[in-house]
Amino acid sequence: MFVIKCPYCGERDQTEFSCHGESHIARPENPNEVGDVEWGKYLFFRSNPKGMHYERWTHDHGCRRWFNVQRHTVTDKIMQTYKMGQPKPKGIND
Amino acid sequence: MKYSLLNLVRNAFSYHENWQEAWTNPELKKEYDIIIVGGGGHGLGTAYYLAKQFGLKNIAVLEKGWIGGGNTGRNTTIIRSNYLWDESAALYNHAVNLWEGLSSELNYNVMFSQRGLFHLAHTVHDMQEITRRGYSNHLNGIDAEILNKEDVLKKIPFINGDGRYPIMGALLQRRGGTARHDAVAWGYARAAENLGVDIIQNCEVTGINITKGIVTGLETTRGSVKAKKVGLVPAGHSSVLANMAGFQLPINSVPLQALVSEPIKPVLDCVIMSNAVHVYVSQSDKGELVVGAGSDAYNSYSQRGSFDMIEHIMGPLVELFPIFSRLKMLRQWGGIVDVTPDRSPIIGKTPIENLFINCGWGTGGFKATPGSAHVFAETVATGEPSKIAVPFSIDRHYSGALVDEAAAAAVAH
Repeated sequence: MFVIKCPYCGERDQTEFSCHGESHIARPENPNEVGDVEWGKYLFFRSNPKGMHYERWTHDHGCRRWFNVQRHTVTDKIMQTYKMGQPKPKGIND
Repeated sequence: MKYSLLNLVRNAFSYHENWQEAWTNPELKKEYDIIIVGGGGHGLGTAYYLAKQFGLKNIAVLEKGWIGGGNTGRNTTIIRSNYLWDESAALYNHAVNLWEGLSSELNYNVMFSQRGLFHLAHTVHDMQEITRRGYSNHLNGIDAEILNKEDVLKKIPFINGDGRYPIMGALLQRRGGTARHDAVAWGYARAAENLGVDIIQNCEVTGINITKGIVTGLETTRGSVKAKKVGLVPAGHSSVLANMAGFQLPINSVPLQALVSEPIKPVLDCVIMSNAVHVYVSQSDKGELVVGAGSDAYNSYSQRGSFDMIEHIMGPLVELFPIFSRLKMLRQWGGIVDVTPDRSPIIGKTPIENLFINCGWGTGGFKATPGSAHVFAETVATGEPSKIAVPFSIDRHYSGALVDEAAAAAVAH
């Protein structure tokens, strides 16, 4: 259990939020030209790192908005949170 | 030395001080024909069946910690095979068939106890789900009894049938039950070493050597080792190992926790599961209640779960069994489970030749231990997935032929 800083509401308990998996996975740009393997990778295959993880959370019991979290998966320490649409941050304890 | 009544008496004369070690600690050799990475039940079992059934020699099992110290020793020991889909039914029932003869097969008491397992139904939807699954089980030759409320209350007299989660019925698998999880790892380890398998503890794999798409060996904390074939049987680190070999898996690793109460006199002679409120509980032979909590819904390798998950399970547990409300919980722990999108495991080949994988057992791998080990041994030995393992290849995530137990059995596995 940890505290998450919602970019809109500030620090709140983790139980107010829900996690929705890895961030920054782009949908294939030409759906008709992409084969089963590419679709499979897009839908199911994840980096699942033991270390820095970039992931999507929603503030279900708050503003209900989506945002990104950079968190270390061993210590559960949150390095930063940032808004949807912002590029994947580089170089912060990666 | 065989464990038998005769040897027990014989060793009594020397005050039981001359029993041989169950397994030894050999040095890592420079080269093996087959290396199994991961010394849990599935990995040790794989090595055992490779040696026993396929007569293979020169096998090693590498374990980064100690035998039985990973998820094999962290689960709630529940065994059942009443899965919905044919593919899962074949796999898990294969395991139950092997469980039934395992203690004599290994000459090691794994304390397999077929005390019966109840899946509770609290709503009309739950009743429909267990009925559908029960009929599916019948078609697959798996025992399943669909019970009504009176049956359940008769068999579990102190359950609260009219509380916040009223009991409408249950699906009973009498062949289901529990086993002693440590003994499963120890039994396989001892039996495998008797057949010449090297069990190397405290040996973490740090790299996988690949030449032209073929695996050639491993880098470990105990030095380099060559191998003709490698089987990866990690519990909660399959993505880490796959990453070393340069490919990704359809897996997310999440914490799953469990807890046990203080020991009390026999009170619960069966296993209780409720998918709807996510309770599962049984009583160990020591008298402790063994309670499984839910998995956290975020990736983590921390080996500890969140407090709200404990509350999430203890609430419904006490509601269903008010007499448990004054019990103290003694221990709580977490393990990391590798969850696939369809909650079914991955068994088979990898993009690297001679590198095989058996992973993604999610929150319910213990029950499958002998079956998983058996089909994976055949896969590694022959180089092709065994018949039961075919539907569980990585490729199902490309073809879309998922074995979707996630939707079928909801949360509890």
